[in-house]
Amino acid sequence: MAGLSFDLIALQLFAGLALGAIYVLFAIGLSLIFGMLTVVNFAHGAFYMVGAYVGLYLISIGGNFWICLVAVPIAIGLFGLAVERVLIRPLYGRGIDYPLLLTFGLSYVMVECVRIAFGKTGYPFDTPEVLQGAVDIGVGYFPLYRLFVIGATAVVLLALWLFLEKTSFGLIIRAGARDPQIVRVLGVDVSRVWLIVFGIGTAIAGFAGLLAAPLQGVIPEMGGTILAEAFVVTVVGGMGSIGGAVLAGLLVGVVVSMTSLFAPEMAKVSIFALMAIVLIVRPQGFFGRAGLMS
Amino acid sequence: MTKKVTKAGSISRRRLLTTASAGAALAVSPFRINLLQAEEAPIKIGFPVPLTGPYGAEAQDQVRAGQLAVAQFNDAGGLNGRKAELVVRDDKLNPGEAATRTLELVEKERVNFVVGSLSAAVQLAINNVTKERGVIFNSISQSDAINEAADFSKYTFHEALNPHMTSGAVGRYAFAKFGKKVAFLTADYAYGHEMVRGFLEVGKEFNIENLGDIRHPLGTTDFSTLLPRLQALKPDILCISNFGRDQQIALKQATDFGIKKSIQIIAPLLSHASRVAAGPQAFEGVVGGCSFYWGIEDKFASTKAFNDAFRKMYDGKLPTDYGALGYGGVRTVLEAVKGAGSVETDKVVAAQESLKYDYYKGPQYYRKCDHQSVQSVLVIKSKSKDMKNESDVFEVLSTEEPNEKYLRTCEALGHKS
Repeated sequence: MAGLSFDLIALQLFAGLALGAIYVLFAIGLSLIFGMLTVVNFAHGAFYMVGAYVGLYLISIGGNFWICLVAVPIAIGLFGLAVERVLIRPLYGRGIDYPLLLTFGLSYVMVECVRIAFGKTGYPFDTPEVLQGAVDIGVGYFPLYRLFVIGATAVVLLALWLFLEKTSFGLIIRAGARDPQIVRVLGVDVSRVWLIVFGIGTAIAGFAGLLAAPLQGVIPEMGGTILAEAFVVTVVGGMGSIGGAVLAGLLVGVVVSMTSLFAPEMAKVSIFALMAIVLIVRPQGFFGRAGLMS
Repeated sequence: MTKKVTKAGSISRRRLLTTASAGAALAVSPFRINLLQAEEAPIKIGFPVPLTGPYGAEAQDQVRAGQLAVAQFNDAGGLNGRKAELVVRDDKLNPGEAATRTLELVEKERVNFVVGSLSAAVQLAINNVTKERGVIFNSISQSDAINEAADFSKYTFHEALNPHMTSGAVGRYAFAKFGKKVAFLTADYAYGHEMVRGFLEVGKEFNIENLGDIRHPLGTTDFSTLLPRLQALKPDILCISNFGRDQQIALKQATDFGIKKSIQIIAPLLSHASRVAAGPQAFEGVVGGCSFYWGIEDKFASTKAFNDAFRKMYDGKLPTDYGALGYGGVRTVLEAVKGAGSVETDKVVAAQESLKYDYYKGPQYYRKCDHQSVQSVLVIKSKSKDMKNESDVFEVLSTEEPNEKYLRTCEALGHKS
């Protein structure tokens, strides 16, 4: 196909970064929970999906998208707190596969519950009116809503960074991730720290689900595909590293986008090819700490 | 201990002999038919469809309407009192899963017939199983390959449209109206490939220019990296050949990218269930084809009757395109059973071949050489305003009447005339 222009390549690059922002938003919650708790949260996709459904429900009873942006993360975060307290907490210290299996099962239960409550078929989720349409970004037209998603992702990242790096509670979280034993000896209630970290991680998942809803509609299985992609992002970035997840998410987006331009049928495979290459060259990922899994 | 076992063994052998001889006596007596019939299980129709996954919305409608056909058959007394039953299985849109489920249906459930599938690729897997075992399979999803001699068997029927007919009808309408420069966005599997082939075939008559075909895997959730390229090609028409959730998301995101401002989007098939699931915004102005739309009830008494029966069974809901196929697929087989007066495969095949029917969308019949149902194709456009009810989603732009000239010839398919 002819017609490769500078504008197209620039637009394609931008589309890749925009897609990457969605991966980043989804993966940081996963990465946060793994990095601090060493819990591989297989239910992350289910929290994401429930976030979209909670948004759908709130709008159906008269709410609007802007209220949802606040209410959905709170609701999913509270749900996450309950899950941690009741289901995850008894499994700490039993090895990495216990919470993994638990959350895997939990994701099935959550998807099935949503199917029962809302039906198996999907629902439309309209883009909020002020964010509809495409705007000229200099190299071509790009959907306004996707620009908004990039902005929202940046805000979440900034807030998370400030929280972890600049608050005393963030300091405790980081210390707890490095050596829970010492933190406990110092008189800090580590289980409370973990509870809150899990809540924050799931809140971000719910927020990501809400943001994804206007892009693709809402369906019970929507968390499935993105979970696989998000694991690639966390592995490439380094398990548990938030900075790594950001870099890897954007990189995966760009790789998918550029492959789509030249060999669209390879786009899906390119994600996994990238992961394979990174794992060969740098098994712990970009910023991963070696030995976290053991 | 040893003695006991021998004793028990001899008793059971004696009992076995008695039973066997009684059975043999019955077998030659004139009473056996009645006796067998009383014990006969219901007529079972295996129904593998992708209940979960990207085509789930459509598959659930297939089941609903299939159940209606069974209920009508049973209410009318069945086959001399023998009732029918639909045995539904989830094929998960996966050929391997479908083959396994079909094998189970045939071998374990002992189904008499198989109707179903909702994928060009999956139906071939089902057909492989059924044709090998001599079981009638009436496919209710699009495929060109299933008509061809290599995949066809005398047990294979195809109630759905095929891509050649569908893309032909849509292409003849769209290429005459919207322009000659065409770009394609295509689901990368049999359905998409066959549709594009059909569009290019009919495009020859209109001298269309093929600007390029971008393919995406089945189950894609983000098209943002494919759309800038398609936009840069500057086509008059963007032809999106995918289905189910892929279609919903592709149309939604194409709308977001502002593609509709300068480009007419067409699709070989516009799915009713997808249009409802994705909402009016995404589908607005898109032109495509379908095998059935409830709105043709003004034109055909059979459509009216089908709609009314469906409404009655499902709290006022109206049937969709793929729902109608579920109904047509099951009903034709059951009518053939009635016509044959038996569930014996060869007799039912003969009866089904000779059907000239109008059950839900106007006149239809199965072409002798490939068992393709010759039927009308509707060209429709999605509505976004003046909708009278939640099912009032399409406007019928034109109808291509049933005619064998819109099918590939029997010779071209490899059949001996």
